[in-house]
Amino acid sequence: MTTAIRVENLSKRYRIGLAPTKFRYGMLRDVFAGALRSPLARLRSAAGTTRRGNGGRPEDAAHIWALDDVSFDLEEGKVLGIVGRNGAGKSTLLKILSRVTEPTRGTVMVRGRVGSLLEVGTGFHPELTGRENIYMNGAILGMKRLEIERKFDEIVDFSEVAQFIDTPVKRYSSGMYLRLAFAVAAHLEPEILVVDEVLAVGDAEFQKKCLGKMGDVAQQGRTVLFVSHNMSAVLRLTQEAIMLERGHLARRGATQDVVDFYLSSGHARAGERSWQADEVPATSTPFRPNALRVLDRHGRVSDTVRSTEPMTLEFSYALLAPVTGLRVGMYLSTMRGEYVLTSFDTDAPEMFEKHGSRPAGAWVSRCLIPADTFNEGRYAVGVNASSFGVRRYFQDESALAFNVDISGAPGTQWPEPRQGPVRPRLHWDIQRIG
Amino acid sequence: MTMSELVKHEPSTVFIRPSTGLAALNLRDVWAYRELVWFMVWRDVKVRYKQTLLGMLWAVIQPVLTMIVFTFLFGRVAKVPTDGIPYPIFSYTALLPWGLFVTALNQGSRSLVAHNNMITKIYFPRLILPLSSVLAGLVDFAIAFLVLIVLMIIYGTRPAWSMIWTLPLFLVLAILTALGVALWLSAFNVRYRDVNHALPFIGQIWFFLTPVAYSASVVSEQWRLIYSLNPMAGVVNGFRWGLLGAGTGPDTALWISIVISFVILVTGLFYFRSMERTFADTI
Repeated sequence: MTTAIRVENLSKRYRIGLAPTKFRYGMLRDVFAGALRSPLARLRSAAGTTRRGNGGRPEDAAHIWALDDVSFDLEEGKVLGIVGRNGAGKSTLLKILSRVTEPTRGTVMVRGRVGSLLEVGTGFHPELTGRENIYMNGAILGMKRLEIERKFDEIVDFSEVAQFIDTPVKRYSSGMYLRLAFAVAAHLEPEILVVDEVLAVGDAEFQKKCLGKMGDVAQQGRTVLFVSHNMSAVLRLTQEAIMLERGHLARRGATQDVVDFYLSSGHARAGERSWQADEVPATSTPFRPNALRVLDRHGRVSDTVRSTEPMTLEFSYALLAPVTGLRVGMYLSTMRGEYVLTSFDTDAPEMFEKHGSRPAGAWVSRCLIPADTFNEGRYAVGVNASSFGVRRYFQDESALAFNVDISGAPGTQWPEPRQGPVRPRLHWDIQRIG
Repeated sequence: MTMSELVKHEPSTVFIRPSTGLAALNLRDVWAYRELVWFMVWRDVKVRYKQTLLGMLWAVIQPVLTMIVFTFLFGRVAKVPTDGIPYPIFSYTALLPWGLFVTALNQGSRSLVAHNNMITKIYFPRLILPLSSVLAGLVDFAIAFLVLIVLMIIYGTRPAWSMIWTLPLFLVLAILTALGVALWLSAFNVRYRDVNHALPFIGQIWFFLTPVAYSASVVSEQWRLIYSLNPMAGVVNGFRWGLLGAGTGPDTALWISIVISFVILVTGLFYFRSMERTFADTI
């Protein structure tokens, strides 16, 4: 087998306040101001007094290593899953692989064209028609004109927007827009395909199509890198995975093994997950997650809750500025990555009425889960904060995990495992009818 | 499958590593993406006058109205000497390359920042962005040029036939100058948005340093060489000379302009390339 990707000692350093913020560019006056301020700092760093960890490398506190000495190989035709928390370095890795940004150290050898689905629809212009945007976008992605012409009908078919193909895309619904954008990117047919989070978009039907397309790509013997927070998709689509943690390669192996490790790692204190400042992407601003806790019936933080008792999921966060249309929600999923439920704090219209606009300050959203909900097992809690249709501030699909103990739950007199993630106390009616 | 096909289908290997020192220009990469240049130009042209009432007419209205104002101010009121050419034609001939230059300068300098979503998401030679914004101005230039022909017929001005070769030459010089400056400013703009604020000002000062509204012959001899450090002075003089036979034609001043223009372009290319590696991180 030939190696499609060889990553050797890859490191990428960002200046803090440069990488993740929205307004990263400077103003000349900052440089002047910095020149006045910094002589002292420069002297200090020259004297080597501002050293920090990172393998003893001289380091000033103004930089972070988004990737730190990551090495791995990937054979041609393999599908590799990449998992990790927000800020673990997944996006940085993909950006280097797709040559958007340069590494600070190390090398990557890539055999063939890298097609990236980092963000679909790049270069789409609202004033151009669907047809024109297909050509435009195809060219940006590195397709030749002839190649686009050859695949044009296929792209239009895939996108399901055939009847609007000569309409400017600014008149498209966001779903149509995404479908068209994804269709172009999906038909690039690169030797190496990089997929990141795109599956979060579109309706369920379209998502299925996208996953199918990815499967096809893999079947044709091409190499795929798949980054997702959706563990069931990772499990379904990949046999091998790596996990990144704070820029390091934390684990590599069979997908099931890596996913298990991922879902159960990082929950340092049982039943609670708190976020340090460096774990929160600056793009989350003004939303700052603070902590997520699982509380038992008595309000105690707990790793294990009883299925026969109600429990509370408590998410505390800070708003650095007023936010309108905010909804904070939870995803519950099994350790296999199948969703059990999704719920938002403003799902009830009167709650949205009351708390749709929230002033800056410290907040907590609590969700009471009634007794007799879960079956035995371990469940992952994901959190999400967004303004619908406007912006997603923060998301962590596997923030925390907890166990459910079913003693006393319906049917436990029989010592057999029961299928399915829910175990409600249902009302049965038994009648003799003949 | 024949041998040649096999070779063609062999995927090329790319090494990604930190670039050091003066980055290689790697113009071959730009060539490989030449279709994208064409698409970007086409898109710019297509989109520029979308949802406007007058559409492409703007390409004509802008220089013509400027010419009318200039004719009144400089031709009638200030009575600027024009080497015996009717003032409207005199100024319009200069407004053509100047318009091309200033549009290219403005669009080119803003091109990287304007396309930051492309830069942070996919790889392509970044050089394509300023290059295509500069080239997009050529379409407006061509339309405005048709008006010049009409004007020349109206005023009975006889064109200098040397324009067949001089015009393309000076056009290229105008484009290269604009590209050179745009390379510097667009790369600088990624880091320091001061460029956005400085651009209108730069355009204005540059305009007065270029013989658009007046004739270069009003510049006294002792200042002539310093004056020609502005490559656009060479371009505008060249246009007048090539189209109307006005002025002295190619002289030392023109060569100075050409040399300066190339210096800006080549240093701009290297500066752009060396900054390119951090575009995605700092934009």
